[in-house]
Amino acid sequence: MPDAVARRRFTNIHVTQIIRYRLPASGMVSILHRISGALMFLLLPFVLFLFDKSITSEISFEFLKGYVSHPLVKLSILAVSWAYLHHFCAGIRHLVMDMHIGLAKHESVKSARAVLVISGLLTLLVAIKLFGVI
Amino acid sequence: MANNHIGPKRLVVGAHYGLRDWLAQRVTAVVMAVFTIVTLVLFFGASDFSYEGWAGLFAQQWFKILAFVTFLALYYHVWVGVRDIWMDYVKPVGIRLALQVFTILWLLGCAGWTVQILWRV
Repeated sequence: MPDAVARRRFTNIHVTQIIRYRLPASGMVSILHRISGALMFLLLPFVLFLFDKSITSEISFEFLKGYVSHPLVKLSILAVSWAYLHHFCAGIRHLVMDMHIGLAKHESVKSARAVLVISGLLTLLVAIKLFGVI
Repeated sequence: MANNHIGPKRLVVGAHYGLRDWLAQRVTAVVMAVFTIVTLVLFFGASDFSYEGWAGLFAQQWFKILAFVTFLALYYHVWVGVRDIWMDYVKPVGIRLALQVFTILWLLGCAGWTVQILWRV
């Protein structure tokens, strides 16, 4: 196995090197999948709170409208939306790859870029709706 | 010994929950994806962003149950994912156990809250 010999040995990088370390798109999607998942886990009570207020009664619905008009709340909703959209798209990619489709390196980088672009654009749509730019 | 490591006769060790959770993570993901799409279609199909439209959706028994099952899928999915994070980054056994127990209790609490929200409408 000449390839294995020629290949550089795997090494662990120090945590301070993460910023300078350039990941391929598939690596970005992988770590963002985890980060978006962790973010949604942390914000679960916030989402349940919004869901509760949105559905309990017309009074709580009106309260929610006022609550959501706060910029920080809008930003939090945007963060959760991004997390959901990214996790969703990256998850679909995972399921497709589980069926042994697009496993080759160049294909996986392509699909990873697609995940980043599609979830990014969808998040942009949410941002436009949320902040009422148009 | 040399031939124990590959093929159908390989030496299998461990608690055997790896495959089950791997599969559960995917099945629950599909359930959530289907629910997301059904909800979006129904919500945007109704085309009014009113309280009546939104709450009316969840007032139907079949949708309540679908939502409930999806939330259960969500909590199982979250458990597998968060447990993976603790296992990857938290090495001291005591702290890891504490975090895992906290995660389970937290998710059970959220499941209880979900039931209350859904069946109040």
